[in-house]
Amino acid sequence: MIGPGLCGWQASRPLLAGATTYVHAPTVVTASELLPPAERRRVGIPVKLAIAAGCEALLHAARDATATASVFTSSQGDGENLHQICEALATTERNISPTRFHNSVHNAPAGYWSIATRSRKPSTSLCGHDSSFAAGLLDAAVQVVVDANPVVLIAYDQAYPEPLHTIRPINASFGMALVLTPQATRQSFASLDICFGPHQESETRMQSAGLEALRSGVPAARSLPLLGILARKVAETVVIDCPPGNQLRIAVTPCC
Amino acid sequence: MRPVAISEISIVNCLGVGQGATIAAMRERRSGLASCNFETAMLDTCIGQVPGLDAFHVRSDLNAYDCRNNRLAQFGLQTDGFADAVAAATEKYGAQRVGVFMGTSTSGILQTEIAYRHRDVISKALPADYHYAQTQNSFSIADFVQSYLGLQGPAFVISSACSSSAKVFAHAARMMTAGVCDAAVVGGVDTLCLTTLYGFNSLQLLSPAPCRPYDVERDGISIGEGAGFALLERAAESPAAGAIMLLGIGESCDAYHMSTPHPEGLGARLAMQSALDTAQLAPNDVDYINLHGTATKANDASEDQAVFAIFGGKTPVSSTKGATGHLLGASGITEAIIAMLAIRNELLPGGINTKDIDPALQCNYLLENRDAEVRRVLTNSFGFGGSNCSLLLGTAG
Repeated sequence: MIGPGLCGWQASRPLLAGATTYVHAPTVVTASELLPPAERRRVGIPVKLAIAAGCEALLHAARDATATASVFTSSQGDGENLHQICEALATTERNISPTRFHNSVHNAPAGYWSIATRSRKPSTSLCGHDSSFAAGLLDAAVQVVVDANPVVLIAYDQAYPEPLHTIRPINASFGMALVLTPQATRQSFASLDICFGPHQESETRMQSAGLEALRSGVPAARSLPLLGILARKVAETVVIDCPPGNQLRIAVTPCC
Repeated sequence: MRPVAISEISIVNCLGVGQGATIAAMRERRSGLASCNFETAMLDTCIGQVPGLDAFHVRSDLNAYDCRNNRLAQFGLQTDGFADAVAAATEKYGAQRVGVFMGTSTSGILQTEIAYRHRDVISKALPADYHYAQTQNSFSIADFVQSYLGLQGPAFVISSACSSSAKVFAHAARMMTAGVCDAAVVGGVDTLCLTTLYGFNSLQLLSPAPCRPYDVERDGISIGEGAGFALLERAAESPAAGAIMLLGIGESCDAYHMSTPHPEGLGARLAMQSALDTAQLAPNDVDYINLHGTATKANDASEDQAVFAIFGGKTPVSSTKGATGHLLGASGITEAIIAMLAIRNELLPGGINTKDIDPALQCNYLLENRDAEVRRVLTNSFGFGGSNCSLLLGTAG
């Protein structure tokens, strides 16, 4: 995971477990060395977040990207590209950079992931607005259960530049990834029992005010309560709303 | 995979409104492409525009969703009795048991383009009547469709460029197999906007003339707009004779480049082979392939290599983008529906606009319509980012 003051899973576990105090700091985003140099210079924040989170999760899972299908999910495409393209279109010249155009597709992170990791495994890119994480988790879990194959779920979001930011405030860059498998392995943290259904109980919130602001301010950070339970290695249930009327209920059971 | 029943379909594009209009255009070998005079675009290209969308209104309770993309969506839902078929399914299964999985590439981006032309002179803020979530955001199309139809099941958008509204079939089939829903509305909508017109222009992928797939002088795409929907349900124990079903699905990535396909079409091969494998069919079982066939030099060449490697030079193939244009995020559903119409009407549509087939291409590309018994059709959709999806459609039994 990568977020403001959250630099990787190992460093973030004590924070999420409540053992240390969360301190906000700007998200540190670096471009993966797996990308060819020219691409490394030109990709935007969502691509960097997604590849970094995905690689970290696969490392913990001791899996290869070339053997793992992927589900990418974000509440939006690249905000910087959208802004630049729309600004250009509002001029008379309308000069659009071809790279910026093909990088503006919602599935650009999935495309660059497959180029960087050389994975030809099936990949999908979803959008569920504020429920993008829940949609991604549901879809990834369904793929694991139905196809009996491992899947890496990668969720990410970034702030829009103005003037879009005022209309759609997302307060930080955040990315996370989970590797889901049909059976437990030596690397498994927990087993998840996932149920999608009508709204019945309150959505799970974070105890720390700072982490709760992140959870409610960044759609991909709706994953924080689940990450918190995984960090604490406890058997608990997390509820994530899927407005207008549904929610995802995830019962977590730690593996040894 | 267990076959999935396709209970109803609807389609709207530059060929006209409804299945009847599309199949008539196929029979008469008519194109809907015309010189681009869309909005404020000043480009030397041809487009497939749906007439009347400027005057079309979304249902008044959904006014916040008003944008070209959602208007076309509603138009599609009102066509071919589709909304009525969904109402019957909702009655049968319950609103919470019907999912919505939609594909789009640009959603309501035209609203954002227009909003950027009306920023406050001093503050540079976007106008107050710009509704980001209900128009620009990619989820808007699924949200709008779900709201319009009164559905309450799982809903999200797949936005993987030109493979989007083929992949929706895969997502729905898995959700139904897993028991998350019992039926699903799948489809895709993409509408004309300046981003794709000027964007593809910057990549030098737009043809000035109506596109001619497989032609030795092919020089790029013609962008079109359209909507298509399909209602999917679990197949009955004994499906009715002639019922058209989803038999196989294949998905893959190229792992090559964002906007150029793998030269040998390796990703495309994986997707097509996977579609055959999941359907438990052999290449000889396929009666016709509806190609992605965008008419760029690179796509047609790489797709031809991939198709030939699996099917050889006998299986009839064609691209229908000469008629409809490239509908981007709506091309998957549009061509899946064309495949179904080919089966139902026993008609293989020959490609149009093409004059001289590129001698470097080896597949059996049809230049004329052919009446034939059609049982199994493969349809390809390949998108930016190297996202590939092949669907195998056919009659039960």
